Amino acid sequence: MHELAVTQSILDIALKNAEKVSAKRITGINLVIGRLASVVDDSIQFYWDILSDGTIAKGAQLNFTRMRTEMCCLDCGNIFTPGEDTFACPVCEGNRVRVSQGDELRIESIDVE
Amino acid sequence: MTQRIAIVENILSANDEMAQKNLSVLDAAGVYAINIMASPGAGKTSVILKTLEALHGRLRMGVIEGDLATSIDAEKAAAAGLPAVQINTGGECHLDAVMIARALPSLPLADLDLVLVENVGNLVCPANFKIGVHSNILIASIPEGDDKPYKYPGMYRGVQALIVNKIDLLPYVPFDMEYFRGGVEALNPGLVTFPVSAKTGEGMGEWADWLVGKVKSK
Repeated sequence: MHELAVTQSILDIALKNAEKVSAKRITGINLVIGRLASVVDDSIQFYWDILSDGTIAKGAQLNFTRMRTEMCCLDCGNIFTPGEDTFACPVCEGNRVRVSQGDELRIESIDVE
Repeated sequence: MTQRIAIVENILSANDEMAQKNLSVLDAAGVYAINIMASPGAGKTSVILKTLEALHGRLRMGVIEGDLATSIDAEKAAAAGLPAVQINTGGECHLDAVMIARALPSLPLADLDLVLVENVGNLVCPANFKIGVHSNILIASIPEGDDKPYKYPGMYRGVQALIVNKIDLLPYVPFDMEYFRGGVEALNPGLVTFPVSAKTGEGMGEWADWLVGKVKSK
């Protein structure tokens, strides 16, 4: 349920930036969210409909670019999406791996009129 | 006509900025602060109470209590003569920087060396919200199982120390320490880890010494 706070922040940033260009309406919000950020799209959408009501962002389309968790194997260089209960490299089965993608939680751009 | 405006901003940047302000307030007062996170039942409160006990006389401590279920513990800390603040999170699933900013003035920071913040018991939400402390600490526990780094990877990413509590239960619970540590290492390479039992006191000395070292070298 931290999506409420996340959604409020999305709205605040969008309104602030729309105001800078004196936009009349915000029609789209483009988000990049990594799997590791543990944020649920449906919850954001749910809170968005409530929070954006009465603002110039009401009805704006939320576009989610989801980033999979990716790991890089330090032994063989393979880049892979880890399994449910293992982080081992599927190619060399090595356990020396590092996260290379998935922490993203950012607002990329907004579409305004 | 539709126009696209590039922003590229962390969604929680406002919270991050407030966290930075909290850190400045703490630094100005010469206080070291830690954020203690864990799932409900991992033993946050027990570890904190044992830590207060272990550091009694070595550091001047205060507590910010954010867990929903433990207002009683702020009273316990206060009863032990320690300054304590209870944050009423109103059912929130995590603490954020604004809540800490509101709580800090209630502590006599000038007279303290260390502030321990007990976050809301939750393995998902608190990970995203910086509160403005020097170290984020995660407490895992043996009965939770060895798969938690794999199931809740986000939580293991941003912490500076890991306490593995309830190691006195290792003989009775299936827990593959190597598997557990492998997951942790992938998510947070070289993370300093303290296997402890808040119940028996095992390992608590090493954890307490680490904390004293952090406070003194600040």
